[in-house]
Amino acid sequence: MTNPAHDTIKSTVTDNDVVLFMKGTSSMPQCGFSSRIAGVLNYMGVEFKDVNVLADEDIRQGIKEYSDWPTIPQLYVKGEFVGGCDIITEMTLSGEFDELLSKEGVTFNKEAADKIREANG
Amino acid sequence: MAIEAAEIERLIREGFPDAQVTITDLAGDGNHYAAEVIAEDFRGMNRVQQQRAVYATLKGKMDGSQGELHALALTTKTPE
Repeated sequence: MTNPAHDTIKSTVTDNDVVLFMKGTSSMPQCGFSSRIAGVLNYMGVEFKDVNVLADEDIRQGIKEYSDWPTIPQLYVKGEFVGGCDIITEMTLSGEFDELLSKEGVTFNKEAADKIREANG
Repeated sequence: MAIEAAEIERLIREGFPDAQVTITDLAGDGNHYAAEVIAEDFRGMNRVQQQRAVYATLKGKMDGSQGELHALALTTKTPE
């Protein structure tokens, strides 16, 4: 069984180092959880592709099946599903997110990441 | 549509009988909850695997726009 939405998702997460499936857009998030991850990425200077699931019902459903994960936002790094809002928050505060980005060769601002941890320590 | 905290706890316990489950109603609207689940079963799983397992116990409650539960802030841990 092939689902065209899954093919679209696969090529999106393959062609872009960091992809955030979210409600709304990076500059105009429409959900607090989506906004939180987009905010962290923007603050840390991580370049990412935002996919607004509210604009495409097939993607909105398809992404949940693709990752076997029932909620949005969903963050992908180098084609791999990393987590939703809670996981990214935890990983950011513990420094694991920095490690992941470094390991995957994704550029980010380490000082900004440290500032997030200072402010939430 | 709202869901009771007790119902969430019951569903999670069904999947993880020995887990410590703590549910907090974040907004008081029966729609935004935080759940902390501490279970021995999580040992050896990464966070995504742990939370997937918890979501699986809530199957159907979180899916789609008709899902009863809009938001569940999940924290999963193994016992110290």
